[in-house]
Formats: sequence, C-alpha cells, structure tokens
Amino acid sequence: MRTVLFIIQKEFSQFFREKTNIRMLLVMPVIQLILLPLAANYEVRNIQICIVDHDHSGYVRELTHKIAASPYFKLNSYLDSYKDGLERMEHDEVDIVLEIPPDFEKTLIRENEAALSASVNAVNGQRASLGAQYLLAILRDFNREIRLKWVQFPKFNPVPIIQIDHSFWYNPMMNYKHFMVPGILVILLTMVGANMSALNLVREKELGTIEQINVSPIKKYHFIIGKLIPFWIMGQVVLTLGLLIARLIYGIVPLGSIFSIYLFSSAYLLCILGLGLLISTFANTQQQAMLISFFVMMVFILLSGLYTSIDSMPQWAQWVTKINPIAYFVQVMRLVIMKGSGIKDILPHLASILLMAGIIIPWAIWHYRKRS
Amino acid sequence: MFAIEAIGISKSYRFKKQEVKALHDINLQILQSELFGLIGPDGSGKTSLIRILNTLLLADSGTGSVDGLDIVKDFEAIRRRVGYMPGRFSLYTDLTVEENLQFFASVFNTTIKENYSLIKSIYQQIEPFKHRRAGQLSGGMKQKLALSCALIHRPSVLFLDEPTTGVDAVSRKEFWDMLKELQANEITILVSTPYMDEAAICDRVALIQDGSLFKVDKPTQIVDDFTPKLFGIRTKEMFRLIEDLKSWNSVHSCFAFGDSCHVIFKDLNNEVAACKTYLMAKQHQDIEIFQIKAGIEDCFMYLMKKSA
Repeated sequence: MRTVLFIIQKEFSQFFREKTNIRMLLVMPVIQLILLPLAANYEVRNIQICIVDHDHSGYVRELTHKIAASPYFKLNSYLDSYKDGLERMEHDEVDIVLEIPPDFEKTLIRENEAALSASVNAVNGQRASLGAQYLLAILRDFNREIRLKWVQFPKFNPVPIIQIDHSFWYNPMMNYKHFMVPGILVILLTMVGANMSALNLVREKELGTIEQINVSPIKKYHFIIGKLIPFWIMGQVVLTLGLLIARLIYGIVPLGSIFSIYLFSSAYLLCILGLGLLISTFANTQQQAMLISFFVMMVFILLSGLYTSIDSMPQWAQWVTKINPIAYFVQVMRLVIMKGSGIKDILPHLASILLMAGIIIPWAIWHYRKRS
Repeated sequence: MFAIEAIGISKSYRFKKQEVKALHDINLQILQSELFGLIGPDGSGKTSLIRILNTLLLADSGTGSVDGLDIVKDFEAIRRRVGYMPGRFSLYTDLTVEENLQFFASVFNTTIKENYSLIKSIYQQIEPFKHRRAGQLSGGMKQKLALSCALIHRPSVLFLDEPTTGVDAVSRKEFWDMLKELQANEITILVSTPYMDEAAICDRVALIQDGSLFKVDKPTQIVDDFTPKLFGIRTKEMFRLIEDLKSWNSVHSCFAFGDSCHVIFKDLNNEVAACKTYLMAKQHQDIEIFQIKAGIEDCFMYLMKKSA
C-alpha cells in the first residue's frame, strides 16, 4: 500500500511541475464550458425569408408584417419573381422562399381557402424543419385571425374540437442551456480524464521509464492504481469547477443533491480513467494513444444522447449506448440537475457503471505486461 | 553457486514474418562479485541477453538463474535484488535528481539514508545539483544518477546495458573506476559494451556476435592466446593503403588502428619483404612495416573475423 502512495506522490509532483498542465486542467474546461453551450444552441433564429408576392393585397401585407415581426425570421427580400427568389436561395442568402399566388386575397375571401407555396432550403436539415414549422405556426395563427374576422361562430361549436395545451416539465422555459450544460460538463470531464490517463502511461513507455518500473518489485495493480488515483482526484476538481460555472454563469442549481452527482462521478471516473489506462496498455506511442482515445470518445460522445435523443437512434445504436459510460453520466446529470432525482433513482445507472469499471480496470491491469 | 548463470538460452524475434535469431544457445557462468564484460557489436544480442537475465524478457528456450533464483519462476524475488541501468536514460526527466533517487528508493521499500554509504562516492558528484531536474543534467551526470538509482536498494547483481555509449572519454574512464569500486561491495556486475578497449578493465569478458558467445575468458588470457603475428603498416596514403591491403589475397585481416594499419598475413614467408614489394608495386611511399604486440582489440577483431 505504501508503494501506491509513493507512486501517487510521484505523479502529483510530475503533474504540478509543469505549469502548462495546471493551466490545461483548470483553464481549458472553464473556457470550453463558457463557449460551448453558447454554440450548441438548438434554437434556430434569423431564418432568412424571401417573399415572392404576385398579389400585392392587404392580406399579404399583413402576413408579411406578421412574419417580419417574429423573432425567428428576417425578411430578406420582397420580390416579384419566384425565379429570383430561388436564385437567392442558390446563393445561400435565403432559407425559405414563400410564394403568394395572384389573387390570393380574392380567392381566400371567395372560396374560403387559398394556397401558398413555401420552398425551404434543406441543406441544413434542422434549420429547414424548424424554419418550416415556425412558418406554419405563423400561417396557422394568421388563418385563425382571418376566420375570426369573417366567420360568425355559432354559440356552440357544431363539431367538437379537441384543443391541446402543453407545458414542459422539469424545464418549464425549455431553456436548452439547462440540458446542454450538464451534458457538456460530462464530455469535458471525460475528455480530460481519458486523455490524461491514456497519455500518461504511454509517456512512460516512450521515455523508457517504464523499464525501470518493470524491473522493480512494484506490483502491476499497485502501479495502475497509483496512476488512477491522482487523475481521479483531478477529475473531481474539474467536476467541481464545472458545477460552479454552471451555477455562477448559467444559474443552474441542481434540484437533486450534489452528493448523488459526486457519488456517480466517483464511479464514472474509475471507469473512464480505467478505459484511458487500458488504451495506453495497447498503444506504443502517445500519438497512437491519442488517436485511439479520440476515436473511442468520438463514438461514445455521438452515441451519448447529448446532441441527439437516444430514443430516436436505430436499434443497434441503442444497444451500443448500453455499454457507453458517457450516456449513463449524461442521463444521470440531467436527472439529478433538472429532475431532482435522488440516489435511489440513479442506482441502476450506478450499478452499470460500476460493472463496467469492474471489467475495465482488471483488464488494464491484466493487459499491462511487466515482461514480454 | 554462480551469481548469474545462463543455460542454453535462445531467443528469436518475428520481424515481417521472418524469424530473426537474436540469441542462439547461450551458456554463461558469472562468479560472485565479478566484473563481467559482454562485448559485441551493435545488434549482436547484448541487450536481449541482459533483458532475459533481469526478467524483463522471456527466452524461447533455455533456463537461467540470478543469485541462485530461477529467471522465470522467481522473477519477483530477482527483481528485488537486481539493479538495472538500461542503455537509454530512463529516469523521470521532469523530476529532480533527489526526487528520482527518493522514488526509486521507496519503490524498493528502502530509503536513501539506509544505503547512502554504497552510492556516496557516486552521488556526491551530482549532489550539488540535486534540485535540478534530471532532464537538465549533462550526459555524464545523467549516467551517474542512473547508476545511483540502480544501486539505491543495494542490489547483489547489477546489469548495465551499454552504460558508456555516447559518453566522453574522461567520463567513461571515471565510470569504469566507479564500477571497480563497487566490486569491493560484493556486487556482481554484468556490463555490456560495444567498446573493445573497455574489455581490459573487466575481470572476464564474453565475446558475443550474431547471438552466439564464442569466447569467454580473462582479457589477459585472450591476449596470451593470440598466436598469429601482427604487423603495423604505415605509408603516406593511409586510405589507399587499406584498400590495397584488403584486396591483396595474402592478407588475412586488416584494420585501421590509429595512425597505422594492423595486419595479419596468411601463411606467408618473409612477410615484411613480400609486403614491401607489393606496396611498392602499388606506388606507396614512406612504407613502414613493423611487428607489434597484440592488444585486446586486435584479438577481438581477429576472433570476430574468424567466427564470422
């Protein structure tokens, strides 16, 4: 046990010797946590719309005002020809071209219905679908206003109507930051942890210092555990820093207890650091370790449910998320921070992570060879 | 009991689906507190043999023992009592001199204080720099630190893999003096080196080439066993001289050695005169030919050529 302490002491003095290391550990996550949530914004704004008006009626003017007044749309141009509008779309100046046919107003009044055509630039799929939905919402609204003006509703509706109103639970304002910031914090913790541990052991291989360790009576598990603990502590520091930033900058106060977050992160860090060390027992150079860990983390992050919902992934991908530690932590963070889940609710997640750590760490110890 | 024993050790590596024999049936016995030199050119298998003996590498076949302990079965016990200094500097460059020593002492469950007497004469030379990072030391100092770290747990057997490669002549001399001193502490030392002139300092040496040992003896004995007559030849144009001698079929071997060529002739009567005639025909000037006493290096060159 004493040996482990000496290895930990050695790791810490090596780490703190380099000022760059400390900066990387503290400053990098802070900057990323400040910048990334702003960029990972799911609200689509400033949709450039072009209205091609063949009617020039009062209604069209009203509709145009309504669209321009919406925070989501920017009236890019007001043209006479659809061809010109499409050309602008080709130059990527315009996202939606809304064409209003001649006699739109007249047809609407006379026949109680009129058609419009909206062409949406779908190069950016998310922007297109959200833009079209926003536009539809505005048109529906507009339609209702006209009906109110023209149609005298009977006292009782002859046809029963079901009206749906919804409210968002656990995030009433649908503030995307509330679910992105905890997720991004998980990613940061993962990247810092996995990379630090993956590079560390390989560095010893590259410098040849592992030779001196191998020829000494240090036990394999002493060595791996001695490597694990310093990074475990640093990981908790990064997590604390991240939670502070979430609170101070984004005003995110966990609904659940902080303790359950730390309980989970304790297990999670073991798992992810073990993974890093496992990678480093396979790699021979820091470059290899970096690339392998980048590849693994990339897959895990994209399949973590941070950016896209796991429920809408294909079946095989959903199975992959079962062995994806990041997915569990993202879920737990969101559960505890937004929903206020307690330890009992995250127990299944905790068990899965502990199981993974229980496989990965012995694997890393087993695969690290003191002689070839 | 031998301090180090190797019995029929073989090792081969697979390289691009081709078997490369690194060691072939090595048999070696090294006595207690002997300073034993393993001499051979680059790629002859010195490092492989050392790594097998200090339990870092597994041999394909053969057995061995260090301090009476089996190198495969008792590897844990061996690791507690051997010191190893790899060819490449392999201490923590970002730790200070003192921290490195401290760390390796604690790894072996001991303290610097406990074994200070053993490393004192070596460590004292670098002690003024003990707060400097190991990476910032000069080559000679790095080597002293590495030796101190390898000795800090008072090993009974010390393996040194090419400790003097890339070190200047003065430091090399100093280093060998230190090894001599260590012998007095009943430490068996196995040291490998590509420099043949260092062989003379060892108690016994083994010549290794292409993975086989072909001569294990005292350096003085090796010199005494050398039978062929050796000549030194000097002319004005040394480079052309070597070329000409090598292409002459009466020459057995010829090596440039300082300012002259060391030559062994094949059974030739009246060598000096014959050689002079040959060289004059090749238009050499200021020809000097003289018989010399063979040094250890001449013996090695001769033996290596013979076995190859």
